Amino acid sequence: MGTHVIKMPDIGEGIAEVELAQWHVKVGDLVVEDQVLADVMTDKAMVDIPSPVHGKVIALGGQPGEVMAVGSILISIEVEGAGNLKASDQLVKEPAPIKEAAPAVAAPKVEAAPVVESKPAAACRPAPQAPVARDADERPLASPAVRKHALDLGIQLRLVQGSGPAGRILHEDLDAYLAQGTQSARSGSAPSGYAEHHDEEQIPVIGMRRKIAQRMQEATQRAAHFSYVEEIDVTAVEELRAHLNEKHGASRGKLTLLPFLVRALVVALRDFPQINARYDDEAQVITRHGAVHVGVATQSDVGLMVPVVKHAEARSLWDSAAEISRLATAARNGKAARDELSGSTITLTSLGALGGIVSTPVLNLPEVAIVGVNKIVERPMVIKGQIVIRKMMNLSSSFDHRVVDGMDAALFIQAIRGLLEQPASLFIE
Amino acid sequence: MQQSLNTTLLIIGGGPGGYVAAIRAGQLGISTILVEGQALGGTCLNIGCIPSKALIHVAEQFQQTRHHSQGSALGINVSAPTLDIGKSVEWKDGIVDRLTTGVAALLRKHKVQVIHGWARVIDGKTVEIEGADTRIQCEHLLLATGSKSVNLPMLPIGGPIISSTEALAPKALPKRLIVVGGGYIGLELGIAYRKLGAEVSVVEAQERILPAYDAELTQPVLESVKQLGIKLYLKHSVEGFDAATHSLQVRDPNGDSLQLETDQVLVAVGRKPNTQGWNLEALNLEMNGSAIRIDNRCQTSMRNVWAIGDLAGEPMLAHRAMAQGEMVAELIAGQHREFNPTAIAAVCFTDPELVVVGKTPDEAKAAGLDCIVSSFPFAANGRAMTLESKSGFVRVVARRDNHLIVGWQAVGVGVSELSTAFGQSLEMGARLEDIAGTIHAHPTLGEAVQEAALRALGHALHL
Repeated sequence: MGTHVIKMPDIGEGIAEVELAQWHVKVGDLVVEDQVLADVMTDKAMVDIPSPVHGKVIALGGQPGEVMAVGSILISIEVEGAGNLKASDQLVKEPAPIKEAAPAVAAPKVEAAPVVESKPAAACRPAPQAPVARDADERPLASPAVRKHALDLGIQLRLVQGSGPAGRILHEDLDAYLAQGTQSARSGSAPSGYAEHHDEEQIPVIGMRRKIAQRMQEATQRAAHFSYVEEIDVTAVEELRAHLNEKHGASRGKLTLLPFLVRALVVALRDFPQINARYDDEAQVITRHGAVHVGVATQSDVGLMVPVVKHAEARSLWDSAAEISRLATAARNGKAARDELSGSTITLTSLGALGGIVSTPVLNLPEVAIVGVNKIVERPMVIKGQIVIRKMMNLSSSFDHRVVDGMDAALFIQAIRGLLEQPASLFIE
Repeated sequence: MQQSLNTTLLIIGGGPGGYVAAIRAGQLGISTILVEGQALGGTCLNIGCIPSKALIHVAEQFQQTRHHSQGSALGINVSAPTLDIGKSVEWKDGIVDRLTTGVAALLRKHKVQVIHGWARVIDGKTVEIEGADTRIQCEHLLLATGSKSVNLPMLPIGGPIISSTEALAPKALPKRLIVVGGGYIGLELGIAYRKLGAEVSVVEAQERILPAYDAELTQPVLESVKQLGIKLYLKHSVEGFDAATHSLQVRDPNGDSLQLETDQVLVAVGRKPNTQGWNLEALNLEMNGSAIRIDNRCQTSMRNVWAIGDLAGEPMLAHRAMAQGEMVAELIAGQHREFNPTAIAAVCFTDPELVVVGKTPDEAKAAGLDCIVSSFPFAANGRAMTLESKSGFVRVVARRDNHLIVGWQAVGVGVSELSTAFGQSLEMGARLEDIAGTIHAHPTLGEAVQEAALRALGHALHL
């Protein structure tokens, strides 16, 4: 019998640490080759870690939510034969591994090496120990001072949950009970007939959610956001889209409005290279990109993801449409590859029918522009002195004012508007 | 002409319950009158706790000196001691005097009016002082008349038949003493008299001495009693006393009658609430057996009539009465209080001493608790050895599920002082880990407390 250790792989380019998102196995489990052991996460990509060997799991190297250094031991598996455990490898043990499965090599727990996040492990710690339940007739456990204080406050200790050792009621528990009591007393004066709820649930911010939180916070803290909203008459482009779907839908697939928007971005960006750019504010360098890699914000079960339509400038409408559809599905299923989730130069965000009339998108740093699509509605518009019904859609876009001036942003959006209102111009080179 | 007094609080009885209630009431600004027919301090200070401890100390010193005179291992050489019991009693009276004078001073300090005289209850708001033509009207009446020794009809107190009161103030030591009652009072006094030189026998109707405590706990006391040469008549019942032959008639377990010659018989078969002789009947209060029924605020069945201490039944302990008295004063002052201790320590000043706080293993079991019981012997305690006493142990009872300590017991020389630690640990809700994790000074008997907790956790260090 030997021990095979699997280290945290280097999944992305130059990534020093990876978040352990989920275990698919536990200590004592028998695993077979290629069985998925864990999900880990870098940037926004979720990556499966398969088992290269047959064997029994003897130790897990971390807990979900823990940020682990690349190269640190992810899992130890007992295998037939010698295994790959070297004396230099420190084995990471779970706090309470099964006794007989405990490896002969005892070693201190390896902390996830240089970690940027503060207290990464705290996020995955279980919620504070639930108060010990007391039998109805059991004497509440409290010190004489707490008992006296409770009497002074008119609190019946048997109604108070104790958070101390063995369920001991502390002064803090009285305070908490009192705070809760005053709340009910206040609303109690005006009975509504609806019950108050005081339950709380603590959701650790780990994995995807933590990444999103970090990215959003970073974006709003670093970039000087400003938003610009313009309404666009999409009657013509919608007519064109309906026509194309009718004519080619069966053979080439249905078109949504998104490929038209992608095309509009591509064409408009030719005149606004400062907007198809990434701003490295630490190096103080703006990189203008010839390629247009359009990030398409996509909602998945675990949160917001931004798969990237690469080289949109080289794609036809249907090509774009197919790629958007493929990426969206992959992202939603958590199957998007890491490089499919990075490298965008500008981002498009749309909630479709839920798009509302105005939004204030948050930049996908280090990009400098994000174009938000609001819903299409039929509205009475005045054209040449006549009230006519037109399909109208707002574009709500945000820019990084540090490097994009308001005039440029406005001109860029007006260019897109012009292209969409005269859809033929989208295709004139 | 009749004198009429008005007060907020009237307390009948100046024992530990009554005088503490009075002091606390005084502190809280409640106008208070305390009526006491005998001496301030009640049974406890005058004919109970304090004098008995004084006599026990005299006996212990005498016994130690005699021990040295017979060539003790300590290398102390003295000639055989003699005892001037009159002087001993004088010394004891001096302590009692100092304490009762102290109580009087404390009451004065807190502006409590003390009336010496026998109270007679008229109604729930009115009390008369017998022979003084004084009538007192009160808003609150606190009954704290304590308890009396239980008498046996076939052994009326008088002559050679004495109660603990007489036993605590002997004019001369009897050559032979029979103690009727193997409870803590009988044994404390019996052991003291034995050490002072009397031939002592103890007659107990039950099969063990200290029947209120479990056999394991009382075993060291039993051994000590035997070693002191006290004769035990267990499962023997008293039938009477023949003054002509100076003999106590007892019936042995087989039903045969025995004549035990003796000079004195000490009747120590317990105490009963003092409900007679002060017209308590006028209130027609609800009773709980022979005691006044009270709730957890010491309220009787009559509004603003309170009862505390021995009058309100078991456990008849001075410290319980004091705590109740303090509480009642605070309740009368309008504070929210209830009598809700986790435990009330009980101590027997036998040799060795015995202390019980909280639940015993049997009580815990009866309460449906799954408990760990662990003890640590003084035989493994250095301090105990230096005190020439290796008998006894400390025992802890803790819940198995969360290690909450529910009881402490100890038997051994000087363990009465451990009651402080025991009481605190129970009131604070300590777990075994808390006691095991507290550094206990070395060398002290208290180390056995920590070791008992450690042993319960499976890792006693010195065993």
